[in-house]
Amino acid sequence: MIRLERRPQPSRLWTGLTPILAVVLTMIVGGIMFAALGKPPLEAIRTIFWDPLFHPQFAGYSRPQLLVKAGPLILIAIGLSIGFRAGIWNIGAEGQYIMGAVTGAAVGLAFYPSDSVLLFPLMVVAGALGGWLWGMIPAVLKTKFGTNEILVSLMLVYVAENILASASSGWLRNPEGQGFPGSRNFKQWPAVFNDELVANTGMHWGVLVAFVAVIGAYVLMARHIQGFNVRLTGEAPRAARFSGVSPARIVFLCLGISGALAGMAGLFEVTGPAGQISIDFGSGYGFTAIIVAFLGRLNPFGILAAGLLMALTYIGGELAQLMLGLPGASIQLFQGMLLFFLLATDVFTNYRVRFARKEVA
Amino acid sequence: MSDTLLSIRGLTKAYPGVVANDDVSFDIGKGEIHALLGENGAGKSTLVKMIFGLVKPDRGEMLLDGAAYAPGKPSDARLSGVAMVFQHFSLFDALDVAENVALGMETPPPMRDLARQIREVSETYGLPLDPSRIVGTLSAGERQRVEIIRCLLQNPRLLIMDEPTSVLTPQEVEILFQTLMKLKAEGTSILYISHKLEEIRTLCDEATILRLGKNVGTCTPREVTARQMAEMMVGSSFATPEARATEKGEVLLRCDKLSLPAPGAFGTPLREISLEVRSGEVLGIGGVAGNGQDELLAALSGERLAPKGSIWFRGADISRAGPIRRRDAGLLSGPEERLGHAAAPNMSLTENAVLTGARRKGLVRNGFIDWGKAKGFAEEVIARFDVRTPGPGVAARALSGGNLQKYVVGREILQAPEVFVVNQPTWGVDAAAAAAIRQALLDLAGQGAAIICISQDLDELMEISDRFGALNEGRLSPTRPVSELDVEKIGLMMGGAHDMEVAHVDG
Repeated sequence: MIRLERRPQPSRLWTGLTPILAVVLTMIVGGIMFAALGKPPLEAIRTIFWDPLFHPQFAGYSRPQLLVKAGPLILIAIGLSIGFRAGIWNIGAEGQYIMGAVTGAAVGLAFYPSDSVLLFPLMVVAGALGGWLWGMIPAVLKTKFGTNEILVSLMLVYVAENILASASSGWLRNPEGQGFPGSRNFKQWPAVFNDELVANTGMHWGVLVAFVAVIGAYVLMARHIQGFNVRLTGEAPRAARFSGVSPARIVFLCLGISGALAGMAGLFEVTGPAGQISIDFGSGYGFTAIIVAFLGRLNPFGILAAGLLMALTYIGGELAQLMLGLPGASIQLFQGMLLFFLLATDVFTNYRVRFARKEVA
Repeated sequence: MSDTLLSIRGLTKAYPGVVANDDVSFDIGKGEIHALLGENGAGKSTLVKMIFGLVKPDRGEMLLDGAAYAPGKPSDARLSGVAMVFQHFSLFDALDVAENVALGMETPPPMRDLARQIREVSETYGLPLDPSRIVGTLSAGERQRVEIIRCLLQNPRLLIMDEPTSVLTPQEVEILFQTLMKLKAEGTSILYISHKLEEIRTLCDEATILRLGKNVGTCTPREVTARQMAEMMVGSSFATPEARATEKGEVLLRCDKLSLPAPGAFGTPLREISLEVRSGEVLGIGGVAGNGQDELLAALSGERLAPKGSIWFRGADISRAGPIRRRDAGLLSGPEERLGHAAAPNMSLTENAVLTGARRKGLVRNGFIDWGKAKGFAEEVIARFDVRTPGPGVAARALSGGNLQKYVVGREILQAPEVFVVNQPTWGVDAAAAAAIRQALLDLAGQGAAIICISQDLDELMEISDRFGALNEGRLSPTRPVSELDVEKIGLMMGGAHDMEVAHVDG
């Protein structure tokens, strides 16, 4: 009989080991799934994890994509992780990401065709503000009326998607676009185009900001009293109140930070890789970032690594669709498996397995 | 057939880093009340958990009535006739008594039969209890009765009781003892765990004393003094708190008709509580658990804000100030619940030092935590209050109850409070640690602090308090000097007969 026994303290070894174990298990079970789909499993795994970086033909294109994809994932996941540490479950980063992009783009387009160097920073601030405001809605409802932030933030994603649709086909539509939906293309507006900072690396402003956010989040959580209060609220809400932490302030802080970072990620995306506000701008980064945050153990540097890994499966997944004809859904399933195995193996952080002989009743 | 019911032979259980039980052997006779004594961390809990099938021993064996006994889970133990009443009750507040009893049984009978059985057992053993009452409305003593009746319905041969009297009024303790004596007369054996040595001397036939996981001796409690037993427990003599005669100074904290609605469905509202404590004075507040103790602490600590004008600190109205401002002013507090309220279970002792010490100890500069300084403060608490732990990096939940209690009380005391409000400072703490904590409270008062000690341990309150009041349904009786009181008057105050003079005239 197998029994789980609670450890006196969370195991540090397992905290570090579970993500690796989860990746290995995902590869094994994912391989079985690919085999069941009639595709060569080893080749599929290699296509996902190896080819994007080292394939002689494709790597030149796909390697820069790694940072392009990882940037927003990391930036959003960092914001989410702070809330998750406090037990505040913002599931609606996708909505905040979209609203950040729409707000930032709208502010920028209002000044079209200005070439002021101040415009791009202004748009970044506007993007952050848009995401922040979208995060404040569940925060206010939670603190004033006790609503559940999981539901409210998730519902607001669908509201944001509708706003995005109306923006791209209506009030932000390119006046010179022959009636096609979609805003002006920022790639053709050098003053605000969020181009690669170094050619062929995928490194744009958003990636840089993501790296800064990683360091900032680490300092906040490990050294600053507010970060301590956030962790305390998540660990023991009553102890936090005893300590003097206001639960409402933590809700506003966490949803504010995650909203603002997601909004910034949206702005960097719309002015960079995406190029314009379009109806299909929301690409699921906000949801995937939830996986990234947990895969990275809610630790900033863990999230950095997890974001890169998840970006790899995105790019590798596309490559596998292209080269092996794997269905897109199977790639999503593969990513979902990663979170599933992570949460499953997570048990070993707090529990140890005991093999006891079967009892005689 | 011998007259030994349970024979324990060389039980050993090791956890990583600590041997909880090391070759423990003793016998419990049939119809015997056997006391199990020991400091916190001496291994009492582990031992009874092995007997009850919650923990598997690494080595050693047990014989129940001469037959090998190795329960793999509590239901095995129950089937063999071993029942246990835990220190912390596992009852559902929203369900009634009969439903709660049914939930703890292997094969509950139909509800109507069960209610009848509960009434029968409660009458037979003098444990008044209505099966249809909702558990959330019961006092701690009544809740304990639910647990006991749940055990008795299964006709146990051995009943294990973990610190049963820690939540009872003197009157309730009397009832419990009568029940236990009756069970004993019927041949049921009882393993009785307690820190209260006098209690063990009146009740128990035999006592086994554990120290650091080893059996250090068995004695007949009636033939030795409480002090001798305590010394066996701790292995050295401990100091009984000294009485002091300090000058009482100015009023530091005053409550003026403090009223607060109940925090939840099962909380207690505070009703017009008026009190004052002076510098150098210890105000003891007694009362049966659940009569507003937690609520009073939360109102004084600032966790719940009080109506304007109801709490005054050094003449300033602090009713609307939160915990941080009250701490800054010098009003510190220590809640009853160690894990989850006074300390965050998964955080290290260093982090838990920051929990309340951040500002008074200057552990935070410009918003950034000085971890070196925080660690230093944690180490100071550990050293000064003899907290047994490998170091300040250990998670709070890894400490035994008594050690964590020493830590959380010490953490506040070392911040030099002007007023210190503490709830159950020695709950579940062994005699030596309890004496140390009480002495620390007295020393603090000696230095001019005012102390409000909320406790359910009357001996403790009599020992350290200058004045005493009792909470009953959220009301505080008038406070009186301890010298004017005796156990009966206290019982009356706790029962809500606040105006004792009138009661005397009537009587």
